[in-house]
Amino acid sequence: MQGAPKIPILEVDGLAISYKTRRGDVPAVRDVSFEIMRSEAHSIVGESGCGKSTVAFGIVNFLGRNGKIVGGRILFQGRDLVGRSQEELRKLRGDRIAMVYQDPMQALNPSMRLGDQMAEVLIVHRKMKKAAAEERCLQMLERVYMADPASVMRRYPHQISGGQQQRVVIAMALLNDPALLIMDEPTTALDVTVEAAVLDLIAELQQEFATAIMYISHNLGVVARVSQRVGVMYAGELVERSTVEEVYLHPHHPYTQGLIRCVPRLGADKSSSYLHPIRGRVPSPANLPPGCVFEPRCDYARPECCSRRPPMREVSPGHWVRCFFAEEVAQQARLPQDALVEALAAARATPADRPILRVEGARTYYEVPSKRLIGGGKQQVKAVDDVSLEVFPGETFGIVGESGCGKTTLVRTIIGLERPTDGAFEFMGFDIRTPLAKRDLALIRNLQMVFQNPDSTLNPSFSVGAQIARPLRRFKVVPKSEVRQEVIRLLNLMKLGEAYYDRLPQQLSGGEKQRVGIARAIAGRPELVLCDEPVSALDVSVQAAVLNLLMDIQKQLGTTLVFIAHDLSVVRFLCDRIAVMYLGQIAEIGSAEAIYAPPYHPYTEALLSAVPIPDPRVEQKHVRLSGTVPSALDPPSGCRFHTRCPRMLGPICQTQAPPRQDDGNGHYIYCHIPLEELRKVEMVVTWGHKDAETR
Amino acid sequence: MAGVEQLATRPKGWRRTWESVSVVLRSRVAMIGLVIILFWVLVAIFAPLIAPHDPLAQDAMAINQGPSRQYPLGTDHLGRDILSRLIYGSRIILLLAPLSVLASVTLGTVLGLLGGYFGGWVDEVVMRILDAIMAFPTILLYLIIISAIGPSAVNVVIAITFVGAPGVARLVRSLTLDIRTRDYIRAAETRGENPLYIMFVEILPNARGPLIIDAMLRVGYAIFAIGTLGFLGLGLPPPTPDWGGMINMARRYIWTNPLSVLWPALAISSLVVALNLFADGLREETTRYQ
Repeated sequence: MQGAPKIPILEVDGLAISYKTRRGDVPAVRDVSFEIMRSEAHSIVGESGCGKSTVAFGIVNFLGRNGKIVGGRILFQGRDLVGRSQEELRKLRGDRIAMVYQDPMQALNPSMRLGDQMAEVLIVHRKMKKAAAEERCLQMLERVYMADPASVMRRYPHQISGGQQQRVVIAMALLNDPALLIMDEPTTALDVTVEAAVLDLIAELQQEFATAIMYISHNLGVVARVSQRVGVMYAGELVERSTVEEVYLHPHHPYTQGLIRCVPRLGADKSSSYLHPIRGRVPSPANLPPGCVFEPRCDYARPECCSRRPPMREVSPGHWVRCFFAEEVAQQARLPQDALVEALAAARATPADRPILRVEGARTYYEVPSKRLIGGGKQQVKAVDDVSLEVFPGETFGIVGESGCGKTTLVRTIIGLERPTDGAFEFMGFDIRTPLAKRDLALIRNLQMVFQNPDSTLNPSFSVGAQIARPLRRFKVVPKSEVRQEVIRLLNLMKLGEAYYDRLPQQLSGGEKQRVGIARAIAGRPELVLCDEPVSALDVSVQAAVLNLLMDIQKQLGTTLVFIAHDLSVVRFLCDRIAVMYLGQIAEIGSAEAIYAPPYHPYTEALLSAVPIPDPRVEQKHVRLSGTVPSALDPPSGCRFHTRCPRMLGPICQTQAPPRQDDGNGHYIYCHIPLEELRKVEMVVTWGHKDAETR
Repeated sequence: MAGVEQLATRPKGWRRTWESVSVVLRSRVAMIGLVIILFWVLVAIFAPLIAPHDPLAQDAMAINQGPSRQYPLGTDHLGRDILSRLIYGSRIILLLAPLSVLASVTLGTVLGLLGGYFGGWVDEVVMRILDAIMAFPTILLYLIIISAIGPSAVNVVIAITFVGAPGVARLVRSLTLDIRTRDYIRAAETRGENPLYIMFVEILPNARGPLIIDAMLRVGYAIFAIGTLGFLGLGLPPPTPDWGGMINMARRYIWTNPLSVLWPALAISSLVVALNLFADGLREETTRYQ
């Protein structure tokens, strides 16, 4: 690709976009300039609300009725798009610019067969005959590695999985051989193993079609994997822009540095994954700071930054930064000192012999009515099927797996929201198979939960203070007269402060809501807190703060945590011991170190290989799983992973459930492959040649 | 339910009240409705002060007269002043309609919460009973109930409550079905809260928006219903000044004194239209920026 001539496909110059609202015009994007060359993938990365999607919508003129380009130029193949009529733009867009959205179901018409809607693109834009169009669609599906393309063409969108849908959308986008392909978080809604396959596809297509790709994402790891150049956006401005290597290894803007530092990395050892959250929050576009937009949150800020907006300037060839002191920032690259390192060391649990939570042979089945009209009776969804684990006091126990693996059901069964079908559940020596309504108040107090969705974890009708006070009163943790002080103490512990007492949930950001949710869970001073993906819906800088907070709490209160996540990097950062789940069963369980090093369960190996790592130096083994997770209604016989396992031994995997193999130190692998074989597998994630520098 | 009061009393309550009032002020439609409603409310409150005559006083010398200086809107077949009867009639309608709506919303809310939160057989039983009630045409239901228990102010309220409750219950049930899936309900359950607390403290306040708008519309329906019952002679017994009853009586003399039908009809429709405008404006403003 280096040999390809550098022809700019898209040049954006000083782009500014505003939205009209009741309170006047709100600038969503200001002074954004970048260019994308032929057969180059350029990423725009930033947290939610930073204006990255708005830039894309500005390019295709999808701004809606109240959005307007108020300045700058957008040159597409040398022609300015700003100020053109809808009709001209429509032709241009359909033909030469294609867009792929986050949710494939939004791009696909649910009532049309996939083949028909794909062919329509060619029939309308290229005036092709139906038969020829279908022929070309079939070829295109083959090129995006769609299994059995002929049958996919005859299906409706809901009949194929999310990963397949996204493949169809990408194939559709490529049908017209576009010069520019805009992808707006195309893999965010997908599971990590599916995401890895789609990212591979994007990288391959870019080489093959010589298309310019504008890739929008919030995930630094994904960006590192798919693109050559990257622009970092913050509060509507591009703050740094260069090649991926430059930006990731030599970040010159304080925000870029902060972003990179606050993402947990799937390093070979723990010390590479300390998190340093960025304080404060993104300013709303309606009241931006007068000087540098990042100044209120910047550790390097000086008086000058408050009064003047820094211009974008070139610090080294091709490396643009919007900071007065970029050189200084890059040199220092200082880590804000904190006690986290010690906290981490202190938080390591000393293994106690008596588990606080013991689950043995747990099964949770749901009954669903059969789809057949007559007979069939009820079918069972085996959401959790024969899971055994022990959690020890003071430790953080992680449960990882893709969506539908039963991790949430398991936790809901433990806390009593679901009724177990079978198995033994013991908490602090008490049997907890009883439903919540029949549990002892003391037992309820000691077993609490933090929920996933920040928008629904708090009751919108009541103030923060009232919601934290409720468990205090209910469990009579403190005398009535001291409830207010205790709530304030908890708010301070959450680093929120007394001012939050009277606020309503709608006035809080996602991270703040999640902190209140944590405060509410720990208000009763429980022994065990179950956390159901508490950070997966948060932006990375906020996520880091919440993760650190959880660690702090554990250190201060000695609470045991069970932490569910689909993100292996997060689990790696936080947990002492980890269980990897697949389709209702545990595939591998052991200490964090043991999970991330051989011997691996083949599924763990594939998961680790799929995680996008925000560091261009990291080398990851290439293991890709075929197909999708089978339905829990009718799980595969024998080892449940055999349908997708790249290391399948033979018939034994299909007929017999895998044995539990003991690797010592509580590390167990459920697999037919002998441990000696599995030990021979090399590390999945290895650090490149600059290894020493990382640590 | 010791927690109810604590959760309910929040500081800065005044500011929040003002915020919800300002929602109404922003909408012109709602404002028009509100002005008409307030007009009738003031009329009802100050009825004795503004009514020119005793609403029951009969003037044998002026029967079925058109508007005149003495009787601005004319008189009815017994020579009673129509204006004064309208003014006093507003008191009755503005008392009975909100009262009956309050009763039906209370009953409907309880049933809807029970069915929606518990689901299963509780839901089945509640909903099938409500379906049975809703299967009857409303007018027929009013007739059956009033003819069974007899016409009186209290019985009119009972009839409207009975007919209105199923609709409220369905609304509350559907809102509950949605709200109960939220994580804060899970959080309450994992705190071991009692179902009554969850239904009335955690769920109900979050259903209040649509419920208030629905109640506004229902006051309009209730006014219609009271008018209809009065017209059919099943409302308040004479000689009480009842708008529906006034139309019924005046109907017989429509050829000699057509205006006597018009005035009470206008009164009823102005109030119903005002309530609808108010509810619509409110709904538009509250849902616009969500």
